[in-house]
Amino acid sequence: MEIPKSFLGYKRENNRAGTRNHVIILPVDDISNACAESVANNIKGTIALPHSYGRLQFGADLELHFRTMIGTGSNPNVAAVIVVGIEPKWTKRIVDGIAKTGKPVEGFHIERTGDIGTVMKASKKAQEFAMWASEKQREECPMSDLWISVKCGESDTTSGLASNPTVGNLMDKLEPLGVHLCFGETSELTGAEKVCATRGATKEASDKFMKTWSAYNDFILKEATDDLSESQPTAGNIAGGLTTIEEKAFGNFQKIGNCKFIDVLEPAEEPKKGKGLYFMDTSSAAAECVTLQAAAGFNIHLFPTGQGNIVGNPIEPVVKLTANPLTVKSMGEHIDCDVSKILSREMNLSEAGDKLIETTLRVANGRLTCAEALGHKEFVMTKLYRSA
Amino acid sequence: MATDIIIHDKKDNVGVVVIEKITPKQDCKCWIMEDDSSTDIQSINEIPLGHKIAMVDLKEGDTILKYGHDIGKVVKSIKKGEHVHVHNVKTKKW
Repeated sequence: MEIPKSFLGYKRENNRAGTRNHVIILPVDDISNACAESVANNIKGTIALPHSYGRLQFGADLELHFRTMIGTGSNPNVAAVIVVGIEPKWTKRIVDGIAKTGKPVEGFHIERTGDIGTVMKASKKAQEFAMWASEKQREECPMSDLWISVKCGESDTTSGLASNPTVGNLMDKLEPLGVHLCFGETSELTGAEKVCATRGATKEASDKFMKTWSAYNDFILKEATDDLSESQPTAGNIAGGLTTIEEKAFGNFQKIGNCKFIDVLEPAEEPKKGKGLYFMDTSSAAAECVTLQAAAGFNIHLFPTGQGNIVGNPIEPVVKLTANPLTVKSMGEHIDCDVSKILSREMNLSEAGDKLIETTLRVANGRLTCAEALGHKEFVMTKLYRSA
Repeated sequence: MATDIIIHDKKDNVGVVVIEKITPKQDCKCWIMEDDSSTDIQSINEIPLGHKIAMVDLKEGDTILKYGHDIGKVVKSIKKGEHVHVHNVKTKKW
């Protein structure tokens, strides 16, 4: 298959391109959710991103909170942002961070005004943003404007046999076109960590990966009270035939094809070394991982599943693929790309990779994903430790 | 062309069932992805889609190889053709 050279995206002020054109209402903290949701309810064409945190966090955990908030607002899939927080200081910090992209952003704080007055002020601005964004048109963008993140979930042995290698095949074909790529799931590389480390493009990248994996593994071992095989692999993984974390890890790792990673990112950190594959230190829980990757600026996500994970994200479209014929049959409304014919050997890996590229581009051009059509908007912040 | 079991790597001592299920004493066709070769095996028990079958006799303490790599240890001896899963294999990690 000849790979298309472009897709239709929304060009942004900072020269990035979006596959979507969202106007988001971003609460700074848990207690501002109600206000943000009221604004989104008032103004059609906007979406609120409620979440559970943002109060009394400190240190690295607070930095991650700000990085995720600012990164989410800065994502090129977002046209404009309303930020709503309880008090002005943290609200302003997030507004200023997003404003660096050049996109319209305005902050509102609730203290000394109350919910009702804030909803009114924020709704007026949200209406202006939504109507402004509605005139944005898709334009031809080079493939290198695609930033593709990947994460698998409810994996089974069909993931490692077929759907994950299909993503790997796509990476092998798209990497030369200058796309940014990102994989994560630090804990789910356990057992394959030494093999994964050899895929660093430089010794520095490999060493950084091993340091990151070891720190995560030490944390797991410190907190573990019982047999971790109760959560890794999950009950769904085990039902699908996966027996150990090592087996899951080697399956997981198929997603990067033959690519080498050029750098290791902190959770939600924007890549700064140009095109190519990055590893991000993330939890292996689906919504947390995708939220962090979206906050780093990735604009389309590929999600291979075995038993049928149904996750979506409010700003980054999540394309699902599976090779499990039972999943296709029983929950087909969640599957954007069916590669189950690999198992019956009626389709080879390269054909599957082409099919996934085709699906990815249709979604990049505007086709709704199954998760979008079904209303999946899981926005889950990663919290590193308890608040003060 | 019809394949009941796929094996990733020539070194692997387990294969993955890729049809809805295999039944006891079924003569199964296996395909080895690494070098596109074929082999046969007879099953001992029923094994569902996605679950593993032992390609050789395995004893307690043996290492399970899949993708050509160590994916865990045998904790209860396994006969060639038997279902391989959490009841007879455990992680070496956690």
